[in-house]
Amino acid sequence: MSLTNEKTINMYTKMITARLMEEMIGQLFAGGILYGTTHLGIGQEASAIAACMALQEGDKITLTHRNHLGCIGIGMELKYIMAEMFGKETGVCSGLGGSMHLLDPDKGNLGGNGIVGGGLGIATGAALKMKYKRENNVVLCFLGDGATNEGLFHEAMNLASIWKLPVVFYVENNGYAVSMPTERSMNIHDIAKRAESYGMRSIILDGNNAVDVYNLTFSAVQYVREGNGPMLIESKTYRISGHSKNDTEQRYRDAHEIEQWNAKCPIKRLEEYMLKNNVATKEMLKKINAQVTEELKEAILFSQNSLEPAVEDLQRYVYAK
Amino acid sequence: MKEITYKEALREALSEEMTRDENVILMGEDIGIYGGNFQVTQDLVLKFGEERVIDTPLSEAAIAGCATGAAMSGLRPVVEVMFSDFVTLMMDNLVNQAAKLSFMSAGKVSVPMVVRLPMGCGTGAAAQHSQSLEAWMCHVPGLKVVFPSNPYEAKGLMKAAVRDNNPVIFCEHKLLYDAVGNVPQEEYLVQIGQANIMKKGTQLSVITYGYSVQKCLQAAMQLRVKGVDVEIIDLRTLLPLDEKTIIDSVKKTGRALIVHEAVKTGGIGAEIAALIAEKAFPYLKAPVMRLAGKDVPVPFNKNLEQAVVPQVADIKKAAERLMRK
Repeated sequence: MSLTNEKTINMYTKMITARLMEEMIGQLFAGGILYGTTHLGIGQEASAIAACMALQEGDKITLTHRNHLGCIGIGMELKYIMAEMFGKETGVCSGLGGSMHLLDPDKGNLGGNGIVGGGLGIATGAALKMKYKRENNVVLCFLGDGATNEGLFHEAMNLASIWKLPVVFYVENNGYAVSMPTERSMNIHDIAKRAESYGMRSIILDGNNAVDVYNLTFSAVQYVREGNGPMLIESKTYRISGHSKNDTEQRYRDAHEIEQWNAKCPIKRLEEYMLKNNVATKEMLKKINAQVTEELKEAILFSQNSLEPAVEDLQRYVYAK
Repeated sequence: MKEITYKEALREALSEEMTRDENVILMGEDIGIYGGNFQVTQDLVLKFGEERVIDTPLSEAAIAGCATGAAMSGLRPVVEVMFSDFVTLMMDNLVNQAAKLSFMSAGKVSVPMVVRLPMGCGTGAAAQHSQSLEAWMCHVPGLKVVFPSNPYEAKGLMKAAVRDNNPVIFCEHKLLYDAVGNVPQEEYLVQIGQANIMKKGTQLSVITYGYSVQKCLQAAMQLRVKGVDVEIIDLRTLLPLDEKTIIDSVKKTGRALIVHEAVKTGGIGAEIAALIAEKAFPYLKAPVMRLAGKDVPVPFNKNLEQAVVPQVADIKKAAERLMRK
């Protein structure tokens, strides 16, 4: 399906929601209000959100530790995500999962994952079930550049390929695995090349261009949906935020590099596109920003007013009934 | 009743469950036309087809991960690991994914899968193909761990494991595959979490599981001649433990001997000994004794291999020593 104006506006709204939410999460952590840790994806909004929007009803995603953006992309509600950040019982995982484990199968999200590459097996399994049940669906498996150096990546790619599973491996190459640049962690420039050794097609896209992300992911998803087997997408992007809330010094990269990528801000680029193509006016964008800001305030209030999960309930979900 | 082997019992259970529920699928290395390394899945591919009896490449991590994802999505995969030792290659997917997903998602998903692990020594396969790793699995909340000791339990526990909505680690002992036993003609389940008193007795509780149960039964017969009346508890399930059956027995006999093939340090025996100390200490007439595998890798040499795990004579001797206290 081509990118309609309505869909573009929806995409923009989600991207701005993610950006404002993550900036707020960053502040709440810095202010000591939120507990634990978090991995922000500021700068990667187009890469994650536009890709999710290329999916249809019944499709699934698996996410990484940097999973907030995908959650917004797949349509999870802001207030339940925020409540999980606060560890409250109204959170999407009742305060048991936290920032890295946002999961909502009803919306198609099979979970963020605290283990790098942890979603790879789960994604192939979900795809196996779709194939077995002759469902016309696909799994979009998010992973980072770092995960492509894990053994499971290679096993899962091979498995998906020999069984022609409906899964798209969506590698967000943001240049770094924590502090390790991809130039030092692998001897190839394009991760997409790795698909070839598994007899799998791949494409490379500009992860900071929402329209490209949407269109190319959509065509890849279609190809996979038609039963042609899996595909790999390498989305080249950049994480403006640090690796996690603890990554404050960022001694592994210089300010100039961050500046260069700031100039390619996916949100600004989408705004420019929308204005140029008469998708929206400046006033409309302003209005969306104001609405999202309001929604975010409400989500935080909702979270703060929610109850803590009860200690007495600790055993409740260890085993399924 | 009918007489079948342990591996036939497992096969029957799988076949019946696959017939009953089309969501049950099998995955593993060489489980198709080859029939599985220990022939447990023999001919199932002919009956259910390659779509349900899935031969996998040598990719243990992906198999476990794939089964987890399939289980989260509504299938009930049963995974065969060629030798239990290879479960090391699956650990992230079992420990960090399958075991925790129900909890981390506050029950939004469940992971109904079975992982079959052929355990134990006695086949001359040396240190990397002979271990008993069940204690590791018991240290992970979210997993269930069972270890049948005979064909009746193998079939009933397998059927229960397939129907359980949690990841079940299904330990099988290689030396039991050809063991013969009676199973009912009609359908039955063996409930997970329930131990079984294999032999009633009054003077000493022998708490054991898996292949060691057979050895303990033999030792008990020899002890009876000497006037020692042993009660034998076959745990069947190691996680969750049937605490009540253990404690009730020890309260009655006042003596406890725990026997397993897995190495002693950090083993199931330590857990049971601690449990008895906590809940039945005043009833004890003698210190709890553990008879377990020696804390060494399993050696190749046959004599040495025999020496590292408790044998019938060792069990008998240990019981006699306990009775003198």
